Amino acid sequence: MPKYLLLKHYRGAPASVNDVPMDQWTPEEITAHVRYMEDFAARLQTSGEYVDHRALSPQGTFVRSDGEGRPPITDGPFAETKDLIAGWMLIDVETYERALELAGELSEAPGAGGKPIREWLELRPLLTAMPTVTE
Amino acid sequence: MNESLLRELVPAVIGVLVRRGADFASAEDAVQEAVIRALQTGPDDPPRDPKGWLVAAAWRKFLDATRAETSRRERELAVEHERPTGPVPGADDSLWLYFLCAHPSLSPGSAVALTLRAVGGLTTRQIATAYLVPEATMAQRISRAKRRLAGLPLDRPGDPATVLRVLYLVFNEGYGGDIDLAAEAIRLTRQLAAASDEPEVAGLLALMLLHHARRSSRTGPDGRLVPLAEQDRTRWDTTLISEGVTILQAALARDRLGEYQAQAAIAALHADAPTAAETDWVQIVEWYDELLRLTGSPVVRLNRAVAVGEADGPRAGLAELNTVDPDLPRYAAVHAYLLERAGDLEQAADRYAAASRTATSVPERDHLTREAARVRESLRRRTEQPTTFTE
Repeated sequence: MPKYLLLKHYRGAPASVNDVPMDQWTPEEITAHVRYMEDFAARLQTSGEYVDHRALSPQGTFVRSDGEGRPPITDGPFAETKDLIAGWMLIDVETYERALELAGELSEAPGAGGKPIREWLELRPLLTAMPTVTE
Repeated sequence: MNESLLRELVPAVIGVLVRRGADFASAEDAVQEAVIRALQTGPDDPPRDPKGWLVAAAWRKFLDATRAETSRRERELAVEHERPTGPVPGADDSLWLYFLCAHPSLSPGSAVALTLRAVGGLTTRQIATAYLVPEATMAQRISRAKRRLAGLPLDRPGDPATVLRVLYLVFNEGYGGDIDLAAEAIRLTRQLAAASDEPEVAGLLALMLLHHARRSSRTGPDGRLVPLAEQDRTRWDTTLISEGVTILQAALARDRLGEYQAQAAIAALHADAPTAAETDWVQIVEWYDELLRLTGSPVVRLNRAVAVGEADGPRAGLAELNTVDPDLPRYAAVHAYLLERAGDLEQAADRYAAASRTATSVPERDHLTREAARVRESLRRRTEQPTTFTE
């Protein structure tokens, strides 16, 4: 069964249909959203398709080597970074079509006014290890 | 207790429990629990009659679970517990289980998981580790599959094609965690071949043995993919090859050709060639024609184009490729290879690079990236050292 990563972006994805930032929602709307996400993960656990899900802090730091014997250089966070990942869910499903279906469902999570956010999620297939038969 | 012996006993013990009246789902759970218990307690007092011991242990687990379930229901509903009765397996428990676990109503992933547990005797944790998912997810997948089977009439024999498909999927998954899935698939297919006289079962077993024989030469010391033409053929396992060829010949003599026999015939022709250059590509193309007739598969059409390229030259291969769906995985890789052999290095390098971006496994991606780099390097050499003659 192929594995897919559902990527949720803080920034970088095209605008959602219900595009109101979360800090402008009511507390009840936030609670409803969080419950939807938890229920979704629980449903995938029951269906035997769940692998992992994690949320990421927006506070990212860029790091690179500055050569041997020197500490790494850090930079950022950049307010203008084009792409910022908010979190991911890893699923293990029978088909690409099933992965699309689940991503669509996750994108229906309720937002401002209790209406579905319909945000864009990025669906990425994971590369596998070497299959036995390659020729 | 010896783990592999224990695992081999699993299908027969499930069969005993079902014959005693247990439903399949509960029997399978009880045997799994008894196996886990046996693996945990260790080998300090190995029983003289392991099968009798496992039957007794699993039956106890089954009765405990039934009692617990009955008293729970009585507390909650005060209704009499009615145990569902499953189909009663006949003399060959393992054959019945193969069909049940690969029932066409199950998705391939569920059928694989259930087969590995009930026929292979693996624990849920081992299967989960091999397929890189949490144990809870794999447990749910297996219990859902069993619930699905519970509502179905199972008195009719299943479809042999789905059983073979499941075993092939396990084989192709290769090596996961501490479980060698390819070896496990061979063990299960051997067992099935011993209980069935279907030539396609023999064909699949031959196919697996012939591929398995080349396993150690398929990866380099650093884990990189070594293509067939570059493999060190002295490392091929000649015992497995001759066993595979013998099984295949007996199957072909039955004159009921199927896709696994045809695939095994192609693998046998590769195994038979002392060097890559001596490969009988003309015969391989003929087998691909058979395979295409049997399956109509676009992937077969793609692989056939490679064989045509070897038999009749790269231009002929490229012409064949024109009839193949370009959206197929590995299409770009085949295109690149044929272009390189036809001498079009610039385009070949670009196509290798494109192929690496659409590869579905890490070793293939790395291999194709290296191929692109290799072709680009030879292009650079060519421009740095201009030839003194005109072509």
